[in-house]
Amino acid sequence: MNAERKDPLVKRLEPWFFISPSLLLLLAVGLYPTIFVLYYSFQNWTMGMGPPVFAGLDNYINALTSSDFLGSLQTSGLFLLITLPVELVLGMAIALALDQTRNRTLRRLVQVLLVVPIATTPSVVGMLVQLMFNTQLGIVNYFGHGVGLNQIDWLGGASAAFGMITATQIWEWTPFVALVLSASLATVPGEIEEVLTLDTESFWARFRYIKLPYMRPGIVASLVFQTIFTIKTFDMIYSIEKGGPGNATETVSLNIERVAFRGFDVGLASAESVLTLVVTILLAQAVVSFLYPDRKGAGG
Amino acid sequence: MRERVLTTLHGLFLLLVAVLILFPFYWMIASSLKPETLIFRLPPAWLFRPDLAGYVKAITENGIVPALVNSVIVTAGAVALGLIVGAPAAYALARYSFKGHAQIQFWYVTNWMLIPVVVLVPFYLLAANIGLINSPLALILIYQTFVVPLVVWLLVDQFAAVPVALEEAALLDGLSRFRVFTRIALPLTLPGVVVAAILAGIFAWNDLLYAFILTPSTDARTAPVVMMGFLGGYIVPWQTVMSCAVMISAPVVVGGIAIHKYIARGLTLGAVK
Repeated sequence: MNAERKDPLVKRLEPWFFISPSLLLLLAVGLYPTIFVLYYSFQNWTMGMGPPVFAGLDNYINALTSSDFLGSLQTSGLFLLITLPVELVLGMAIALALDQTRNRTLRRLVQVLLVVPIATTPSVVGMLVQLMFNTQLGIVNYFGHGVGLNQIDWLGGASAAFGMITATQIWEWTPFVALVLSASLATVPGEIEEVLTLDTESFWARFRYIKLPYMRPGIVASLVFQTIFTIKTFDMIYSIEKGGPGNATETVSLNIERVAFRGFDVGLASAESVLTLVVTILLAQAVVSFLYPDRKGAGG
Repeated sequence: MRERVLTTLHGLFLLLVAVLILFPFYWMIASSLKPETLIFRLPPAWLFRPDLAGYVKAITENGIVPALVNSVIVTAGAVALGLIVGAPAAYALARYSFKGHAQIQFWYVTNWMLIPVVVLVPFYLLAANIGLINSPLALILIYQTFVVPLVVWLLVDQFAAVPVALEEAALLDGLSRFRVFTRIALPLTLPGVVVAAILAGIFAWNDLLYAFILTPSTDARTAPVVMMGFLGGYIVPWQTVMSCAVMISAPVVVGGIAIHKYIARGLTLGAVK
């Protein structure tokens, strides 16, 4: 009863004693810089060129009228629109095959291997892509030639390069969807599936009425987190061609990096950051209301 | 009959998945062991005498060892700091209900979703102001934006699973909450703490963007930044680059495999059990 004898104020402050260090740290490294982004977004300032000057909405107007930034938004959007559905379908196919297969060794092997593309350093993946997608001497075009494809200039052609980073992203992140959906499928009670298997031979029926409903939370979770991971993707694209050739693979993240650290325009980069941040916050809120509607304190 | 065909098809599909995942790794390791003249030979040199020159060059001429040491320092520092501040927070979220509980959890999620480059611009200016550029501390601090959320979310469930009765008995014996946390809850959740440390460590180790901007000097560079440095020249020494690639990715691949059961849960911050 020790806890109850304490001063109520002390008791009320107790959780904060545990929480505040991490909270303060995240405020310092996460929120504080973000406030500065907001400030700089209203300033006209090039790094190393005198003090910032108030610029009103100039940076925002520049960002929203620059084909550069809008183009990178478009690239990010297209990147997202292609990778998400492909990853979902492939990931689901892998999860279902894992669920169905009777070959235990193969199942164990693939379950372990799925982690590998996720854990591998994205810049290492980028270097490997450069090597394998080399136009004249790369192994990808060699295999392509073997099945009758023409030589593709992966690193030099705009749409080929975009296709290349899209394929790489799918290689890296489909396993994540597969792992999440695999976990969801593991929640299907064995008896239910047995009963329905006796009832119907149809794979489609079993999929539609048992597996899909159990996978639903996993599908939502993987879609939402994939959206975030895809927008955050930087290292892999950067290490291949820094957004090139031209700006064929320049996503929003790469565009902001270029404006800030290769063009030194802090004001414009900040305005672009704020605009991107607004999208992220909306997405984050969607996540929370989607995924954790009933998630209150586990102890309370 | 139909059943048998399906089973075979599933097996073939999974085998294809395994090959697609493994082939790039085979290619990376093989290329690291091929002399430059063989790397681009087509048809590929499937059989060749392994040549360690790439590793030797990476170690003796290109400073990959100090860079790997920098990576270890930064990763270990980031994980240690993240655990020190994150584990108590997770404990409190698991054990107390209080006003603002949900908002605090939301705040950790928000940080996990931050787009790195957005924080990087002002953080760079800040770090430059207080002389943190080229200091491992700059990376250790900025990595907390993803280390803390991962640690907190992975550990909340772990702490919640510790029997309350055990802790209450200790409280009755006069132990303070903090003592209960360090003496009882923490040892019981040690496996979970290790998983969280490995997962967060993988992301810290893998980072290129922050390290590229915040620690550019030769002495402070981390391993991925050094590897990227090879691209500058006219001729890319692919054997050396692939040797570095093997050395950089080996620890994270091993770490990832060690915690493969927890990856889905960890990356979705506990949304998937």
